[in-house]
Amino acid sequence: MAKQTIEITVNGDRYEVAIDPWRSLAEVLREDLRLTGTKIGCNQGDCGACTVLINGRSVSSCLTLAVEAHQREVTTIEGLAKTPQELHPIQEAFVEKGAVQCGFCTGGMIMSAKHLLDKNPQPTELEIRQGLSGNLCRCTGYNKIVEAIGDAARRLNPAKEGQ
Amino acid sequence: MKNPAIIGASIPRLDARQKVTGQALYTDDLTMPGMLHGAILRSPLPHARIKRIDVSKAKALAGVKDVITGQDTPQVKFGNWRLVPQSQDELPLAVDKVRFIGDEVAAVAALDKETALRAVALIEVEYEELPGYFNVEDATAEGAGLIHAESEGNVSLARKIKYGDLEAGFAQADYVREDTFRVHAVSHAYLEPCSSLAAPDEGGRVTLWTSTQVPYIVQCLLASTLGLPENHVRVIKLNTGGGFGGKMELRKWEFCAAFMALRTGRPVKFTLSRADELAFGRRRHGMTIRSKVGFSKNGLLLAKDFDVLLDGGAYNSMGPTATFLCGNFGAMLYRYPAYRYLGRHVYTNKPPAGAMRGFGAPQALFAAETQMNMAAHDLGIDPIDLRLMNAMETGDEIPEVATISSCGFKESLVKVREMSGWDVKRQEKRPGYGIGVGCYSFISGGVFNWFNTKYNFASAEVRVFEDGTAHLLTMATDIGQGSDTVLRQILAAELGIGVEKIRLTASDTAITPKADLGTWGSRVTLMAGNAVRQAAQKIKEMLIPVVFGHFDLNQIHDIAFEGDRVFSKARPDKGFGFGECVYKALKGRRGEPLTAFGAYTPRNKGLVSPAFSFGAQVAEVEVDRQTGLIQVKKMYTAHDCGVPINKMAVEGQLEGSIHMGLGYALMEDFVMKDGRTLNTTFLDYKIATALDMPPSESVEIDTYEPEGPFGAKEAGEGLVSPTAPAIAEAVFHATGYRCADLPITPPKVLQGLGRLKA
Repeated sequence: MAKQTIEITVNGDRYEVAIDPWRSLAEVLREDLRLTGTKIGCNQGDCGACTVLINGRSVSSCLTLAVEAHQREVTTIEGLAKTPQELHPIQEAFVEKGAVQCGFCTGGMIMSAKHLLDKNPQPTELEIRQGLSGNLCRCTGYNKIVEAIGDAARRLNPAKEGQ
Repeated sequence: MKNPAIIGASIPRLDARQKVTGQALYTDDLTMPGMLHGAILRSPLPHARIKRIDVSKAKALAGVKDVITGQDTPQVKFGNWRLVPQSQDELPLAVDKVRFIGDEVAAVAALDKETALRAVALIEVEYEELPGYFNVEDATAEGAGLIHAESEGNVSLARKIKYGDLEAGFAQADYVREDTFRVHAVSHAYLEPCSSLAAPDEGGRVTLWTSTQVPYIVQCLLASTLGLPENHVRVIKLNTGGGFGGKMELRKWEFCAAFMALRTGRPVKFTLSRADELAFGRRRHGMTIRSKVGFSKNGLLLAKDFDVLLDGGAYNSMGPTATFLCGNFGAMLYRYPAYRYLGRHVYTNKPPAGAMRGFGAPQALFAAETQMNMAAHDLGIDPIDLRLMNAMETGDEIPEVATISSCGFKESLVKVREMSGWDVKRQEKRPGYGIGVGCYSFISGGVFNWFNTKYNFASAEVRVFEDGTAHLLTMATDIGQGSDTVLRQILAAELGIGVEKIRLTASDTAITPKADLGTWGSRVTLMAGNAVRQAAQKIKEMLIPVVFGHFDLNQIHDIAFEGDRVFSKARPDKGFGFGECVYKALKGRRGEPLTAFGAYTPRNKGLVSPAFSFGAQVAEVEVDRQTGLIQVKKMYTAHDCGVPINKMAVEGQLEGSIHMGLGYALMEDFVMKDGRTLNTTFLDYKIATALDMPPSESVEIDTYEPEGPFGAKEAGEGLVSPTAPAIAEAVFHATGYRCADLPITPPKVLQGLGRLKA
């Protein structure tokens, strides 16, 4: 089958790549664009390590064909912080609350958290757990991740504090 | 000499920033110019003789650069028990026989993954199928064929422990019970699938980047299987996405990558799929445990006979260690005047079982702690009281096995009783509500040297510089547990400088000092921590004379290292900044860098471990009596890990343990048919999600382990064990159903309640 040329914007950078049409977005991000922060833990859409945002919505990039991202905006973990010098509040909270151990699920977790907090800036603990239920972690038992996301919500909405 | 700003502080892991930004590199993230992609052909049969392999079609496929079978390799057997060569029962690729579905038969290196997989499908293998044995009973039955010709009746090895007068103990006992427990195999389910990349190096040398817990063991075994001097093999571990015991051996794809890199002159990478991991990967041993225990009528333990059959799968893997440790864990928590253990490791035609978090403890303790709960019920004694009566204490000896140098077990029991509200809740008669207890003890690394290393068990090199910074080099292996941070905390506390001032180089066998046996058995903090301390102390010995000389101090002064300064404790003004002190020492040494080596090897520490941790856990559950569904409402833990070096890391380990212990108790299980694993996705092999995890409350009991760095010992591995027996007891308390065969599933609960026929 002939290669197909797609245009995608990833973390604000525009790329034009010629790819086999059956390749997943996760593969193209990792192998062609060398953005390896997106991890492949199962390649079956079960573990969430490959979670990225397409036009602001979270998807499992291993189950998304790269051609589906044609002319769309993709955000990966590498593009979450505004500049390389600073961290996004979710990233800060993950560091400070001990939500990271081996780190393999971390990028996907943070992208799911980003999607959750964009939709629901003040989630309850149950809503956070529901928002993460597609992301598996084998190290932390999730509690510190849940705590970090609650903390990030407060950092992102300081005005709501004390209400 | 503990610095509270560093030791015991909740310092965020130093690698966290790299990990939250996606910058942290794992093996599969690497690519190299000219790199080939590997794929493995595995056996489709559980037990068969290989009659013929034809690789000609695979070789002819465009893009294929190399195809190997066992015949192409040096055929050197390997296994981690180098001390017992007959236990080394694996070949890098099968030669005459395959012994499980998934046994590695051939490998391909090609220009891309798709071509490699296509080539694998073109390899033709003719097998002569042999009878398969899929459980320990069939494998050890009279007349069963041998899976390995060298074994006796498919028992690959037996371990015995015996002390005290067993007969007399049982004769004296007022209450004796004998039970059989069955525990199942589960997956490590680390999130990062195994990945290895090998590149040829000048002079016939090879470098392997690999996702491993044991770079030194991989280096040695890879060298022997390749027929190279050890120094020709360099193993580098990048970030490793969890291991839990599943990455602590030389693996076949590591050999294939290195062997084919040397043959083709090009880098070769193998990365496993999740289906490979679940269908063919290592797993925790399933066991059949027969335990007989005798008590006096007032509840004192008198004797125990512990007989265990381990379902080892097709190869020994880490089974010999699990067999040995399982026997120790059977009698580590309580004072047993007499104890006998017989553990037999049995070959079956299934994927090999290996080391997994707890290393024999989750199985032994499910049986032992459940039996303790059963006995408490029969004797009419509260389960916590029964434990308090028999609990180990500091200074207790396990005859000929170990001396317990610190023990906070009784304190853990008292604390968990209080924090869980045990005494009131245990009396509650709410339908479906239950509360139960389980306990654990664990090792802080092993004293045994089955790997037969000629080097120290743990080593560290420390370099200090005139800019006030330091460099720590160690082979100790962070696979996510946080040792890269904890070891820097230990060095920072010794040198009195900030953790951020310490550069770390870890787990590169060509650069970091020989040796370290890797991450397993909760050995790193104690062993590598002691090695770091020793190196730091040598550095301090180089710096102290500078202060004495410069300030002409009286001999009675003592020198402190704190706040980036080196100074007299009595006269803090007499001293320098750390960097300035290094500068002056360097001048005095005519430019010879300040470098020191530290090491740790346990000596005269019995047969098991230099230190033991203890703890108690309480589970509260609600069981739906219509559906049998079990909901864990809350977990309470009190544990003795000595002095925690990093409190937040210890909490993280504990919470992760509950995740794994809860999965073991309630939901994780391999579904197998005739040696084939049927659930090979995370949709079918269920690990707990964020929604399944109960809230948890924990307390660290204050103890000080004299053998550990700053009083520290094991944390977080032993804790995987008490969860299943605690939940099982809570389910019994709630329903009257007593589980003796994990996992505890709704159908079993309903059968136990008489609502469902078996």
